Amino acid sequence: MESPVVYFKDHFSKKLKVSNRAVVKPAVQKNPAASPLAAIIRKEIGDHVRSWRFIVLLVLIVLTFLGSMYVSLTNIKPAAVSEEPERFLLFLKILTTTDGSLPSFHIFMSFLGAILGIGLGFDAINAEQQNGTLIRLLAQPVYRDNVLLAKFISPLIVITTLFLSLGLLMIGAGLIITGVRIEVVEILRILSFILLTVLYVGFWLSLSILLSVKFKQATTSALTAIGIWLFFTIFYKIIVNMIVKALLPDPAFLSPDDIMYYNNVILNLLRFSPSQLYTDATTVLLMPAVRSLGPLTVEQMAGAIPTPLSFRESILIVWPQLSGLFAATTVCFALSYFFFMRREIRS
Amino acid sequence: MENPVIELKGLTKLYGSLKAVDNLNLTIDQGEIYGLLGPNGAGKTTTILMMLGLTEPSAGTVNVCGVNATSNPVAIKRKVGYMPDNLGFYDGMTALDNLVYIARLNGIPESGVRPRAMEMMEAVGLEKSMHKKAGAYSRGMKQRLGLAEVLIKQPDVIILDEPTNGIDPSGVKEFLTLIRQLSRQQNITVLLSSHHLNQVQQVCDRVGIFVDGKLLASDQISRLSDQLSSKESNVVTITVADLLPVTAGHEQELLQIGGVKAVTMAGHTITITCTGNCTPALVRYFVNKGFDILGVHQKEYGLEEIYQRYFENNLTENEANGKSGSLLQRSFFKKIKSQ
Repeated sequence: MESPVVYFKDHFSKKLKVSNRAVVKPAVQKNPAASPLAAIIRKEIGDHVRSWRFIVLLVLIVLTFLGSMYVSLTNIKPAAVSEEPERFLLFLKILTTTDGSLPSFHIFMSFLGAILGIGLGFDAINAEQQNGTLIRLLAQPVYRDNVLLAKFISPLIVITTLFLSLGLLMIGAGLIITGVRIEVVEILRILSFILLTVLYVGFWLSLSILLSVKFKQATTSALTAIGIWLFFTIFYKIIVNMIVKALLPDPAFLSPDDIMYYNNVILNLLRFSPSQLYTDATTVLLMPAVRSLGPLTVEQMAGAIPTPLSFRESILIVWPQLSGLFAATTVCFALSYFFFMRREIRS
Repeated sequence: MENPVIELKGLTKLYGSLKAVDNLNLTIDQGEIYGLLGPNGAGKTTTILMMLGLTEPSAGTVNVCGVNATSNPVAIKRKVGYMPDNLGFYDGMTALDNLVYIARLNGIPESGVRPRAMEMMEAVGLEKSMHKKAGAYSRGMKQRLGLAEVLIKQPDVIILDEPTNGIDPSGVKEFLTLIRQLSRQQNITVLLSSHHLNQVQQVCDRVGIFVDGKLLASDQISRLSDQLSSKESNVVTITVADLLPVTAGHEQELLQIGGVKAVTMAGHTITITCTGNCTPALVRYFVNKGFDILGVHQKEYGLEEIYQRYFENNLTENEANGKSGSLLQRSFFKKIKSQ
């Protein structure tokens, strides 16, 4: 650092700025300064893609995908033959067919998606705070919500890319292996399945970001997030069953209408769990033959034409599930926003 | 220089019942280097955080460059470069990438980001290790990187929180000299907080002594020193060549010189305690008496003395006025006294 001021003098003089602009005039106009949000997102995506954590998650998901694809492709023949040619939606079959040795891909995703979301978000804020980078970041002219938004958007971009490429790979491989033409309806359904999966991961992501804002230690927030996930996947069902057995009357003494009513109550209780919402929604989207998520009476089925539902009708059935997931995501995000905005940042 | 860059009015911050900052009023002018001095936990960092809008004051206002820091922090962060006390960088990225990231966040045009970051790295003397991972940097290198990061946004105000922590003495000197030169040439206002008194003494125009959330004194070091020496006794030590004759006569005559309070003679040295500046009169006296003077030393009040004396004064005043300071304050002062 021998007489560093000599350098600085140049940097700080306005002249240099002007001359700089004059020298690289076209470049500057073509490359205006990126907004802080874009800069953070760019850096975050870079961090995610290079991190070991993401690579491990990626390997897990790709392996699951390949495994379930292999199982469904080896069992596709009997499943495809049984259908009439007009209702032959082969690519949806590839996603859902299984011989029982492995769950199908969308069932796998209901818990891998949660791990993916938790894994990408559990240390979003608290790790930066622990490292002392958060205070430096916020000492720059950046709005706090931009930081939070970037922490949410960049993993979403990464996983959207991941699932889109998986979906497209699946379609491409299906086209090559089977030689069957893909229907527009199938593309729509697969796309909406991918979007739904992203939304589901987004829910777990925003939940884990909320926990990372709330807890100072990354390990605490990770364990809490995993705890919540385990609660909903394992214990919640057991608890609901226990309550139902204790409180509801014996079905043997109930009229069919009452049984219907209680069944709906139980189903609605189960739907507080995000993974239930996700499985419900994916089942309807990927299996056009599914007409309802609840029980249907014989009278309701009486006039029905045995044909798969149109895409619009399937979407209508899962609309409550979609809104539920979206609302839960928004609530978590709003809460983390609320906690983060007025918090004191110290390293 | 009646151009306040930083203006704090009645600033108060409460953590529960603890007053971290207590009704702080402070004005810092443009181009000034201001040292905020105080022991650990005095509320220096909290004050700085409030200036940057990183925490909200419980009462009072903060204006930096004429902008309210609480309601509009982003405008301030464009003009203020802040270096926190324990610097953290993204360890997985190279130092240059860290700097480039900060440059992007400050809205520097994309085409100019990399060249400018590289120039800055050169300027702080890190050009050889700019492609190293930031995690492999030593403390002193991180400090330099932090400075580069502060400077890349071309700030009007630089706020440094304990900037000399963990750097070796020669590094500290370089660092502070650099800051001083920068401030003088670019008319940048610098606020630095520290508990290293002698370092602050080297560079600051004004210092504020800050204890338990209160600003006890805020002035130029020389003036603080004058204030103290007018109140307190000066100590002048004179060394002479001859062995001193032990006579009461000299002592009596010395005591008649205005302001002299006490005289002690031992061997070759005479120690005289006096109020006001009476060194010339003393020297004249000894020369007239035919002594060969080898050395005259007037004890000056450095920051350390000012710092400590200030606390002692404050304590005695408090006790004299019958004010019962908080328990915390008392125990703190006792510690200072016993040092």
